[in-house]
Amino acid sequence: MIEIHNLTKDFGTLRAVDGITFTVKKGEVLGFLGPNGAGKSTTMKMVAGFLAPTSGTAKVAGHDIEKEPIAAKSKLGYLPEGAPAYSDMTPAAFLDFVASIRGLSGDHKAKRIAAVVSQVHLDQVLHQPIETLSKGFKRRVGLAQALVHDPEALVLDEPTDGLDPNQKHEVRALIRTMAPTKAIVLSTHILEEVEAVCTRAIIIARGRVLFDGTPSDLAGRGPLDQVFRKITSGDRVAVS
Amino acid sequence: MRTVWILAKRELAGYFATPVAYVFLFFYLILMGFLTFYIGGFYERSMADLQPFFSLHPWLYLFLIPAISMRLWAEERRSGTIELLMTLPVTLGQAVAGKFLAAWLFSGIALVLTFPMWITVNFLGNPDNGVIVASYIGSFLLAGSYLALGSFLSAITKNQVIAFVLTFVAGLVLVLAGTPVLLEPAGMFLPDVLVDSLRSLSFLTHMNAIGSGVIEVRSLAFFGSLIAASLAACVVTLDLKKGT
Repeated sequence: MIEIHNLTKDFGTLRAVDGITFTVKKGEVLGFLGPNGAGKSTTMKMVAGFLAPTSGTAKVAGHDIEKEPIAAKSKLGYLPEGAPAYSDMTPAAFLDFVASIRGLSGDHKAKRIAAVVSQVHLDQVLHQPIETLSKGFKRRVGLAQALVHDPEALVLDEPTDGLDPNQKHEVRALIRTMAPTKAIVLSTHILEEVEAVCTRAIIIARGRVLFDGTPSDLAGRGPLDQVFRKITSGDRVAVS
Repeated sequence: MRTVWILAKRELAGYFATPVAYVFLFFYLILMGFLTFYIGGFYERSMADLQPFFSLHPWLYLFLIPAISMRLWAEERRSGTIELLMTLPVTLGQAVAGKFLAAWLFSGIALVLTFPMWITVNFLGNPDNGVIVASYIGSFLLAGSYLALGSFLSAITKNQVIAFVLTFVAGLVLVLAGTPVLLEPAGMFLPDVLVDSLRSLSFLTHMNAIGSGVIEVRSLAFFGSLIAASLAACVVTLDLKKGT
């Protein structure tokens, strides 16, 4: 569903992403881990079609993001880093806008908006300007817009950042319920999150993939944070 | 086309979601009215026409148009919503066209709200309403070209103040290109052909032509190509700068 082949991105002389390759099939939840500046967000921005890769390809549902951007973007739900949204709109107006742009209309649109609003619990703030909402609600508005067209592929950049423990728990539960019917990529800083929701984990640092396996593989190597430090601090001998 | 319209509708609703639109319209109408009567000498001329009103437009637009256009892309880039917009199934061309259309419609609404001037002048005498219609169309085209230029300049920066100043200066040059301020020094060292082409680039030259009641093809071509070129430059700029 999401196929990335040898994806590379240079910013001037800096190589932010260096030949990343992976495939995410329907039913898989891929956890994207790495220190800050490892290239997680840059990779996700390329998959979503916001940044053009320097080389390599990214495909969503078989559509190359550079050659058929509109088809690829239609199949993808994307939560950008920091969940940007038009701050003077209300969540209701904002979701209506995103749904309309994504080609939904009439009854179907109303049903989908109602469905995502209840999925991420936005009911009580539906008619308040987004700029007045708490960080947790803003994040949920971002999640709602990524889900409104019920996409086959989801890319979520730090979906639980800024949420309190209860909200984190709810979002993870939501991801688990959606998992069987979608291909999901999510980035996170929270190592436990990988065990909680992901079927597969990739650790990257300095733009390269250093680990690709199941969360239990990762857990089998010892305490998660120690394994993470060992892998990302350049000790690549330990990595298969 | 449907996509462009959805984008334009969202943008236009954005103007009215905050006090920005109302404050803008209030001062637009106050300034237009005040200056027409006090600077333009509407009564003193004892002529039933709107020439003092329309001759102010190029000058007033120098302040009013950058105020509309400065936020178009600068704000989108500063707040990061451009990433959201560009990952929806929308082309850059559609996004640029939609936002420009919203701004142009907004300036059209402001222009329509000056209708009491038209009623007043018809009440006082028998103006040439053909000239007035032509002048309204001319003013709308002028606003559109200047907004297109402003939307390009707004894409260059994340800072709205810089976008405002750039647009103001660009507008000032295009207005002054038709006045002795720029034409006389230019005439001293440029051949006449170039001075004439400079004059034909000026907003004032085309507005004066339209003010006599005739909308010439070359004025339409001028405004049309300025809009097309500015929007194309806006698309190219955004493509280069969106990720930064």
